[in-house]
Amino acid sequence: MEQALSGVRVLDVTHYIAGPYCTKLLADYGAEVVKVERHGTGDGARRIGPFYKDDPHPEKSGLFLYLNTNKRGVTLNLKSETGIRIFRELVVDADILVENFSPRVMASLGLDYESLERINPGLVMTSISNFGQTGPYRDYKATEIVADAMGGWMSIIGHPDREPLKPGGNQAQFVSGLFGCVGTMTAFHGRELTGVGQHVDISLMDAVLYIQMNITQIYHYHERVTSRIGNMVLPPPGSILPCRDGYIGAIAVTNSQWQSLCEWMGKPELASDERFLTRIHRTENVDELIATLIPWLLEHDQEELLREAQKRRIPFGIPAGADRLLNSEHLNERGYFVDVEHPVTGKVRYPGAQFGLGDLPYELKPAPLLGEHNEEIYCHRLGYNKKDLVRLRETGVI
Amino acid sequence: MPGLPLEGLRVLDLSMWFAGPMGSRLLADMGAEVIKIESLGHIDPWRGPARVTPILIERMPELASVEKPYNRSAGFNLQNRNKYGITLDLRTGRGKEVFMKLVEVSDVVLENYSPRVMDSLDIDYPVLTEINPRLIMMSLPALGRTGPDRDHIAFGQTIDCMSGMAYLTGYPGEEPMLQSGLSYGDPLSGMNAAFAVLSALHYRRRTGRGMHIDLSQVEGLISFNADSVMDYTMNGRVRERMGNRHPSMAPHGCYRCRGEDNWVVIAVSSDAVWERFCQALEQPPWTEDTRFSNLPGRYRHQDELDRLIEVWTVQHDHYDVMRILQRADVPAGPVLNARELTEEPHLNERGIFETVTHPEAGTHPYIGMYARFSKTPGSIRMPAPCLGEHNRYVFGEILGMSEEGISELEELGIIGTEALPEQQGGMF
Repeated sequence: MEQALSGVRVLDVTHYIAGPYCTKLLADYGAEVVKVERHGTGDGARRIGPFYKDDPHPEKSGLFLYLNTNKRGVTLNLKSETGIRIFRELVVDADILVENFSPRVMASLGLDYESLERINPGLVMTSISNFGQTGPYRDYKATEIVADAMGGWMSIIGHPDREPLKPGGNQAQFVSGLFGCVGTMTAFHGRELTGVGQHVDISLMDAVLYIQMNITQIYHYHERVTSRIGNMVLPPPGSILPCRDGYIGAIAVTNSQWQSLCEWMGKPELASDERFLTRIHRTENVDELIATLIPWLLEHDQEELLREAQKRRIPFGIPAGADRLLNSEHLNERGYFVDVEHPVTGKVRYPGAQFGLGDLPYELKPAPLLGEHNEEIYCHRLGYNKKDLVRLRETGVI
Repeated sequence: MPGLPLEGLRVLDLSMWFAGPMGSRLLADMGAEVIKIESLGHIDPWRGPARVTPILIERMPELASVEKPYNRSAGFNLQNRNKYGITLDLRTGRGKEVFMKLVEVSDVVLENYSPRVMDSLDIDYPVLTEINPRLIMMSLPALGRTGPDRDHIAFGQTIDCMSGMAYLTGYPGEEPMLQSGLSYGDPLSGMNAAFAVLSALHYRRRTGRGMHIDLSQVEGLISFNADSVMDYTMNGRVRERMGNRHPSMAPHGCYRCRGEDNWVVIAVSSDAVWERFCQALEQPPWTEDTRFSNLPGRYRHQDELDRLIEVWTVQHDHYDVMRILQRADVPAGPVLNARELTEEPHLNERGIFETVTHPEAGTHPYIGMYARFSKTPGSIRMPAPCLGEHNRYVFGEILGMSEEGISELEELGIIGTEALPEQQGGMF
């Protein structure tokens, strides 16, 4: 099956979310990804839910299964000399290496970029870490919420008189994984032209800063600190508000969208009301504007509001939970969700392509079982024989 | 390595606002020659209004003497640095003719109109590929180019709703939330777009074939909450808002510190981290409470635990809490605001901000490269273009048009450097 990245060889020594998401995307678009897992326990994501039928089994983590589609998986003990030697053989054979250990780990194994460059000068090596490979916080500990806080994201989510909020889910980790793809493919493009690889350093803190970079830009231009102002994107209306059967994203950005909304509400006089005349006025009188809107919204249902708003070219949206997404006629007609057959869980529906590349094929093959491809990679690619494999297993290398 | 990795790559960028321009900027920062196309009657709304209105002057008197506010927009000047800027009216025959000549000598066309606008301008992929069969065209409409809702109108905050992002963000038991600044879908779609283009380029290098990329901003964002989707498809469970709580860590939250609106986050990720946390606090009596000695106990008594922790954090500045806890290898960090980020020692030592002078907007720091590339660090080589700033470079040097030809287009109003009035602009 010919895909965009067919033939690109990726060595993947990542775990949890950020690194695996980066290599998953490369694999989904055709790269040959070999994922190296710690022998014995494997990727820590195997121990994180949601689990299939809530059974906490290492082959049933939905998070792991999603993040490792289309990869081949081997186990390797990087704490053994033989393990390191085999890893270096895999590096010689790779175009790209992605890792997301904390910054000192690769160097302590003798696998830092400078060492690997000597055995493979064309190698593109991407490192994803919490705070990057340099700087005073390099060795600090972080989890998702720490990156959300220190990159500034939490400073703009929440009500002003209450605690700042993190965005739902694991956004900092996913975002840095995607930055990993952009950085890797950029460096790889240069490598293809010049033959010279390089090291790409991605940090979660930088990635979060990048996602809401407008706030530092506004500060640099206007010395204004954007603070959290509640459930609202300006100009108003730009909030999720209650309606008759739930919530609706009531959003009108431009003057003409606001005018259409006033007409629809049966209150055309509001469009020429000087409190709401322009974006600036609407922002200054936001509380009054929202107060006018709520009683009207409460008389209508989500679906009705969405349909009528869209007919009038007003960008309302329904805040969708997982059930709404999976049942979306639009997403299903586009074939966004993909059924994946996995030997342990059977068939499960996964989120599909990030984007469609022309008419090139896209499919999701299931994530590897722990050590599933040891024989294929070690014997067929590196040339070890079955006897070697047994010995490696007995000595705790794989 | 000579030069930047994407040198020699030419991108025509028809996109406006945030998402598309972010995508082309990620390419421009690493060396691509990005030519941003606007027109005098349709400037990028991210530039703000075409004229300074009396309402604006009332609130910002310093703008009174500004003739071209659209060259001074913070948001525009951030997203469009390292790009060339031209004006070209694609609704005129002559304008379209010039555009087609540019398509002939470009690698990528990037656009984020709704599918129906591209159809109406008659510059959709089938038309462009006739002229340049190797062309990579990148479209990033909100909901993709097909499907029953393909023509829905959506801004970034709409996409946060439609993708499930807002549903998962908020205080537990309360309404789904949008973030107060700007939307998340926009920058994310820009990143997806850059990755998509780079993948398509690799394919073209191997096969010589271009392609049309269909990027639905909503779909790109759904996958960022894949675990929530999978919980539904595997267990029929709809994940709800958890605030700052975590399904398998406790304590885990955001705590008030000393001073005004000063907050720190702490994540106790295991029993071992809990031990170190207690030691770092010098073991006040409540840390000995056996209810807190393992995760299930801490999870059950989180509310109480959070109150006890806050009694300690309010005595310290958030940076001090970070230092005390990080010394004990406990994940913790301050909630930083825009000013603190600008002054942040770690970010500054990593050189994330660069200072650049823009001919009309003046000298400011800007966020720099998104990654540290060991051999091609990259930098902000030029500020964002003033409207039509590079008309002469692009039409003259790239297309080889004569000075008379260019002047004629100017006289016809097809190109120029002054925006037509009556454009209201966008957010900034």
